[in-house]
Amino acid sequence: MKGLPPVLITAIVLVAGFAACAVQFPNIASTRVVGNLLTDNAFLGIVATGMTFVIISGGIDLSVGSVIGFTTVFVALAIERWGIPPLVAFVAVLALSAAFGAAMGAIIHVFDLPPFIVTLAGMFLARGASFLLSTESVPITAPVYSTVSDFALRMPGGGRLTAIAIIMLAIVIGGVLLLRLTRFGANVYALGGGRATASLMGVAVGKMTVKIYMLSSLLAGLAGIVFSFYTSAGYSLSAVGVELDSIAAVVIGGTLLTGGQGSVIGTFLGVLIQGMIQTYINFDGTLSSWWTKIATGVLLFAFIALQQGLVALARRPAAKRAGAVS
Amino acid sequence: MENSLDPAPPLLEVRGISKSFGAVRALQEVDFTLRAGEIHALLGENGAGKSTLIKVVTGVFPRDAGVVRLGGEEVAPRSAKAALQAGIATVYQEVNLLPNLSVAQNLFLDRQPMRFGIVREGEMRRRANALLTEFGLDIDVAAPLGNYSVAIQHVTAIARAVDLSARVLILDEPTASLDRHEVEILFGIMRQLARRGIGIVFVSHFLDQVYEISDRITVLRNGRLVGERETASLPRLELIRMMLGRELAETTSARAAASEPKAREICASFENYGKAGYVAPFNLELRHGEVVGLAGLLGSGRTETARLVFGAERADGGQARVEGTSVRLQSPRDGVRHGFGYCPEERKTDGIVAELTVRENIVLALQAKRGLHRPLSRREQDELAARYVKMLDIRPPDPERPVGLLSGGNQQKVLLARWLATAPRLLVLDEPTRGIDVGAHAEIIRLIRELCDDGLALLVISSELDEIVTYSDRVIVLRDRAHVEELAGEAIDVTNILAAIAADGAAMQEARA
Ligand SMILES: Nc1ncnc2c1ncn2[C@@H]1O[C@H](COP(=O)(O)OP(=O)(O)OP(=O)(O)O)[C@@H](O)[C@H]1O
Ligand SMILES: [Mg+2]
Repeated sequence: MKGLPPVLITAIVLVAGFAACAVQFPNIASTRVVGNLLTDNAFLGIVATGMTFVIISGGIDLSVGSVIGFTTVFVALAIERWGIPPLVAFVAVLALSAAFGAAMGAIIHVFDLPPFIVTLAGMFLARGASFLLSTESVPITAPVYSTVSDFALRMPGGGRLTAIAIIMLAIVIGGVLLLRLTRFGANVYALGGGRATASLMGVAVGKMTVKIYMLSSLLAGLAGIVFSFYTSAGYSLSAVGVELDSIAAVVIGGTLLTGGQGSVIGTFLGVLIQGMIQTYINFDGTLSSWWTKIATGVLLFAFIALQQGLVALARRPAAKRAGAVS
Repeated sequence: MENSLDPAPPLLEVRGISKSFGAVRALQEVDFTLRAGEIHALLGENGAGKSTLIKVVTGVFPRDAGVVRLGGEEVAPRSAKAALQAGIATVYQEVNLLPNLSVAQNLFLDRQPMRFGIVREGEMRRRANALLTEFGLDIDVAAPLGNYSVAIQHVTAIARAVDLSARVLILDEPTASLDRHEVEILFGIMRQLARRGIGIVFVSHFLDQVYEISDRITVLRNGRLVGERETASLPRLELIRMMLGRELAETTSARAAASEPKAREICASFENYGKAGYVAPFNLELRHGEVVGLAGLLGSGRTETARLVFGAERADGGQARVEGTSVRLQSPRDGVRHGFGYCPEERKTDGIVAELTVRENIVLALQAKRGLHRPLSRREQDELAARYVKMLDIRPPDPERPVGLLSGGNQQKVLLARWLATAPRLLVLDEPTRGIDVGAHAEIIRLIRELCDDGLALLVISSELDEIVTYSDRVIVLRDRAHVEELAGEAIDVTNILAAIAADGAAMQEARA
């Protein structure tokens, strides 16, 4: 009676959109296209999962795109120039990004600063650091890279589920479980419901803030590694604006930008919707790829308007009281 | 416990606590002692420092000086979490729950039953149900807490704290939004906990409740300790004198007989007004210079009636008239346009804008009514603010202070002032004296009468039957979302109201003087 939950609406938009695309270009409805879509958006799915936690907790993380950029450059240089074994380089860069996120979380909590400002600073810092490392694109030729790129599970219908797509799916599933089933997840929602209140209820707000931004940055680091597999290169200008794409995916997925409500599965659907639009444009061939951005913008507006509507409905005390008499 | 030579240290010992907020000295060298198994009332006027003391003891605010000992050992919790871990569970005055989480998650936040790192949702719901059943609540614990009424949210907060209280339970005005029945249940549980040796701190402005439940009383005034007494040996007048530092002008005499129902003009009338599933259709006439009281249990449809009258809720049938002409009340704006004012029950959470100053909060509704193109001059604002700060004794008397920094009771006075400033023809007050101290309480009742003598029509909801009897010209009793009885003149007394509320006589024994 109160209408559909936002995530269902997202699912309907995705299915309807996909059906519409399939009517126009029957080839779209193939595991091949779906496989590619998952591969192309693997890094976005991973960062957006982290972003979901941040936004539900009432924060925002603008630094993720830069962290991805930094990671690709760091990994490329470590493997190609500094002769560090790839696995060691991965572990190092993940540790580095996690520490970076933890530091941002700590600053946000200790100095009671708006996350917007702190992560904006983080964004400049990480981007600047990657430029310091190298300003040009560094190709990665290590054998692991070709092995991983060649690896894929065959899907019926000839589609390929690549290693990085599998990583992304694993992260999404892990994210769903973490948010839904654990104490950590409940505390993320609690923070989004109100930091002061959560603190009065005994939630260790400071620790939670540190952990949440740490998780976001860690996933951004992982997304950076995945991105380096995707492009086989490290470049300080990669993933510019990805923070905004991932925020868009989170919001389209039905997560409240003000925090307190949302889901990882919704975010995943949001990523798929963006991927679907991109795929449509590729199939069409005549449209500029910037139409993706325009379509995303339109969708964002629609979803934010929708959420405001739903929120207003939920706020109406009539609905509250009607069911609430003991 | 009577044994003063008892060598065991008290359960909670607070010595020489001081706390300042900038220039405001909220607490000055306050001592407080809580023994195991006692219920200890912490009393004082609005702004006396009760909530601050609680927050300092539980580590929400850092303290400037003093020590806190729990069971003889010095403790210095630095967060609510640390206090909880030390065994001190608290329901703070601003009900601390998260509307976006389910009822069960609220009850078990940060202590959910776990298996292999995973929250056992089913087990958690089962326990949540069991816990709420003790408080007489049978609700869907999987639904978001925000779906429920303030009272249910409050009970949930209390249930959580009760369940958490290992050694000390602190309740800051827990009964402010509960009805008698819920209060009885709460008191039953408090006594049970006390018997188990838990020490309970109880803050309330309801002196009846204090005398009913507490063993000892500590009184604060202006951030200082006034004294600690045994409840049984402290006469009520003496207690009030301790709280106010002066005698309270006797105000609780019955309403002056001057209110003979001479031909008063009808201000607003409602015919067959109602909304399906909300309140059954009712007829209601509100006259200038008359106070109509709405009595009934929580959830009987009192607030619902008020919301319909104000336009906060749309009626689906019936006719509303203002000064004889029929009007449509579709939204609160319509209400305001027709000169209605509405001071809601949830004012503590909904009404105030914490960042704005007292002055800005007071002029808010008046400014909205005038429209943006006719701004109130700063001088007019200052005058209004000064007038109401004085009239309602808002403390500290500084109109430029952000409302969020005032004590709970003073925030409520600011809200009342906001509506009074609009000079309405009809004012709807939902529980106007909740959370307001004895001194101001008497002031507000006096004010209600004065306003009414000036020709205002008043519709007042209150769970305090004594209070309703004192100022009402007519009392409408509600039960199960319908108006069931109207009492006027001589017929207005507590017994009659209770009889009408109970109908079957079940709640009669609750009749207390
Ligand atoms: N966070 C704060 N910042 C500044 N001043 C504050 C703050 N909290 C409380 N105060 C001030 O400290 C004094 C004591 O307030 P407190 O809330 O403890 O009163 P109280 O006894 O609980 O009153 P009430 O019965 O109205 O709840 C008041 O003057 C109030 O304005
Ligand atoms: Mg208080």
